[in-house]
Amino acid sequence: MLESLDPVVLARIQFAFTISFHIVFPAFSIGLGSYLAVLEGLWILTEKDHYIRLFRMWVKAFALSFGMGVVSGIVLSYQFGTNWSVFADKTGPVIGPLMGYEVLTAFFLEAGFLGIMLFGVNRVPKLMHFAATVIVAFGALVSAFWILAANSWMQTPAGYATNEAGQFIPTDWWAIIFNPSFPYRLVHMVLAAYLATAFVVGATGAWHLLRGRQGPMVRTMFSMAMWMAAIVAPLQLVAGDQHGLNTLEHQPAKVAAMEGHFEAEMKGAPLILFGWPDMQAGETRYSIEVPKLGSLILTHDPNGVLKGLKSWPREDWPRVPVVFWSFRVMVGLGLLMIATGVASLWLRWRGKLYQTPLFARWCLVMGPSGFVALLAGWFVTETGRQPFTVYGVLRTADSVSPIGSPAVAVSLLAFVAVYLAVFGMGIWYLLRLMRTDPEAASAAPPPKETRAAGITPVQATHGALPEP
Amino acid sequence: MSVLSDLAIVWSAILGFAIYAYVVLDGFDLGIGILAPFAKSDDEEETMISSIAPVWDGNETWLVLGGGGLMAAFPLAYSILLPALYAPLIAMLLALVFRGVAFEFRHRHVRHLRVWTWGFVLGSYVATFAQGVALGAFVQGIAVEGRAYAGGWFDWMTPFSLFTGLALIAGYALLGACFLIMKTEGALQERMYRHALPLGVAVLGAIVAVSAWTPFLDPALSARWFSWPNIAYLSPVPLLVVAIALGFFRSLAAGRQILPFVMVSLIFLVSYCGVAISVFPFIVPRAVTVWQAAAPDRSLGFLLVGTAVLVPVILVYTGYSYWVFRGKVGAGPTYH
Ligand code: HDD
Ligand code: HEM
Ligand code: HEM
Repeated sequence: MLESLDPVVLARIQFAFTISFHIVFPAFSIGLGSYLAVLEGLWILTEKDHYIRLFRMWVKAFALSFGMGVVSGIVLSYQFGTNWSVFADKTGPVIGPLMGYEVLTAFFLEAGFLGIMLFGVNRVPKLMHFAATVIVAFGALVSAFWILAANSWMQTPAGYATNEAGQFIPTDWWAIIFNPSFPYRLVHMVLAAYLATAFVVGATGAWHLLRGRQGPMVRTMFSMAMWMAAIVAPLQLVAGDQHGLNTLEHQPAKVAAMEGHFEAEMKGAPLILFGWPDMQAGETRYSIEVPKLGSLILTHDPNGVLKGLKSWPREDWPRVPVVFWSFRVMVGLGLLMIATGVASLWLRWRGKLYQTPLFARWCLVMGPSGFVALLAGWFVTETGRQPFTVYGVLRTADSVSPIGSPAVAVSLLAFVAVYLAVFGMGIWYLLRLMRTDPEAASAAPPPKETRAAGITPVQATHGALPEP
Repeated sequence: MSVLSDLAIVWSAILGFAIYAYVVLDGFDLGIGILAPFAKSDDEEETMISSIAPVWDGNETWLVLGGGGLMAAFPLAYSILLPALYAPLIAMLLALVFRGVAFEFRHRHVRHLRVWTWGFVLGSYVATFAQGVALGAFVQGIAVEGRAYAGGWFDWMTPFSLFTGLALIAGYALLGACFLIMKTEGALQERMYRHALPLGVAVLGAIVAVSAWTPFLDPALSARWFSWPNIAYLSPVPLLVVAIALGFFRSLAAGRQILPFVMVSLIFLVSYCGVAISVFPFIVPRAVTVWQAAAPDRSLGFLLVGTAVLVPVILVYTGYSYWVFRGKVGAGPTYH
């Protein structure tokens, strides 16, 4: 039975599954890392107690998320070889060194200072500890830099030639790293990580507000998160718009799929708000459209000409409904985030930011929105790149390992079982940390070392353990 | 041509270093997982696991450098070896998931402590065994056709590879025991001295067995070791092992604290060189050489610049981090 499944499809599902789990943790680590650095910095500057108590609360979430990011990431770095060996052979000379730099400049840096950040409070001077936090936060951003360079090169390959063995060989490293889509993707992704984190922190604050906890910790986290929403969500709209215009230039078929445009030439194309893209029929059914707006957004001219999917051969189309709908989920959530930010500014101005249960409840609902939008965005990007792994050059079907379906299927099942169990528990622990009353939990005296020369990591990070 | 061959050699050396660093560093981490079930109390178990909590992530990063470096420097080898070792590698990755999350998860809920301690222990056993199996399967040779792996899914499973899997469990346990000798005191340290002795004997026995077995795996291997004049050049290798082993047992008997770990690391180094002698210049044994697999110069050179600058920096700050956590691990109260 297993033999009848297509190994390419199985390998794709396996990759999508493992990376979708992975990306959630690094995104949270990128956002929380910077947040923690800011908190600790504010504490050093103002010496206000609640900043360091917030730090101690969120550093535990960070440790959990980071640990899960590490173990799920190691899986990925080997998955290129196990499931995508032809891809690895061909693109290794180009994206291998990028990932090599990621290890050398980011992973070692984070790992080297994480121990100090988590367990070193009583072992290094205050400023050294702060430096460790900043370095870890910086390392997470450096990691995003390199891996997004690699991914963007697959979207918009540049600076390479091919050799007799069919390998991509680098000709210009600058062009490879700063390939056409990279700057846009880097900005958009880092903003996405910050937004996703901000909405989780905001939802945590809202949860406690709704329980009548109005202490400085709760207010500070809620307020900081809402400032992020108010400032970063509109920036993300601008970044996303620019990203889309750039994609139109380099991957026009992907944009056609996002828009649900099939007709080869469309003058004054509408903006399709909703509908069902039917690839068989080659049209978007039941569509609700705004005339000419599509052309206006993408060409800045209401009568501008857009190319639809029929400009390209059928076998080069991505799975249109996935791209189309993921795009709408992302943009829709982005707009709701902007609305949240605006509402928070209004309430803040009226002095009712912490006293509006309806708004707090709304923020609680929006808690996961950042992560949903982030995943939806990656689905747009990655499914829109199909049927290629290296856009326009190397087909997905020609990238896969010579491994039979049963092996891929069994490993897929194993990944699903283990990830759901382990990361399911991890996410549950995270939620548990977040819903514990922070003021009460951190009221316990700060952890003390029992011995002068002993490592006491347990007490250091786990000092204020929530009781079950 | 000469530059190209040089870079391929340079990169073999770098990857060799990364893998050795991984084996010793994560070796003692995994070894502590292997020894954890033999802790006599919850406090002891806590001390053992605490001793590596601040450093395991850095240690495991060498594995990422090994994998990522292989893809960058020898993409052809990466693309043949990983499918060939599919099952053991997936098992290793999943086991490392359990091992890695346990550090944090153990303390997130009092009633889940036991579960994740077991995750930590089993993860350590399975990951170690899988690495040993992968090593054995690598040494015994891999079927290749064109630019791809041409064997079946279970080619890796032979008596030899299963034996190397078990042998590595003993090896990592020995590293773990010697690390704990350095980092602990009192009853726990005493017991580690006592564990180290039989583990040391087992590891030496395994080294002898593997050395005796390897030449029979493939005539090319016995030719490499036993033909004249190779045998003259290579005879120091076993002699070195014997000398270091003697040093190891003496350091144990003398109650030295740091020397046993150093000696075991040296035993690993010499055995590792022995494997390298069996394999080199092939990177996929007896099928693909380092020169055939090497990425073009521009890839190797580009990453080499960063490696040459950054690896020393990494070693410095990693050393700093170990220094911050120097000294004996406190038994410390746990929370119940
Ligand atoms: C450096 C490489 C890289 C990076 C950073 C990402 N991906 Fe990717 N992705 C791939 C490299 C890749 C790939 C190896 O090239 C895959 C495997 C099969 C394929 O067609 O492309 C892929 C496929 C793939 C698919 C399946 C698409 C399909 O088959 O229709 C999904 C849903 C994702 N990825 C999702 C993600 C997410 C959520 C990411 C967030 C981090 C992400 N990818 C980053
Ligand atoms: C296929 C793609 C990817 C691979 C192969 C990969 C690989 C890895 C590996 C091996 C680790 C663990 C490093 C360690 O040992 O410390 C890791 C962690 C991490 N990755 Fe990924 N990764 C991928 C995608 C991404 C993306 C798209 C991002 C962000 C934009 C990202 C950001 C991070 C960060 C910040 C960490 C640090 C750990 C953490 O913060 O949780 N990764 N990744
Ligand atoms: C508000 C309006 C938004 C617009 C117009 C927009 C636009 C886009 C476009 C066009 C892409 C695909 C780029 C390509 O594949 O070439 C994309 C991808 C993506 N989006 Fe958005 N986006 C918006 C909001 C958001 C929000 C709120 C988030 C998350 C919090 C988000 C996260 C992502 C991510 C993670 C990707 C994939 C990585 C990338 O290609 O940058 N986006 N976005």
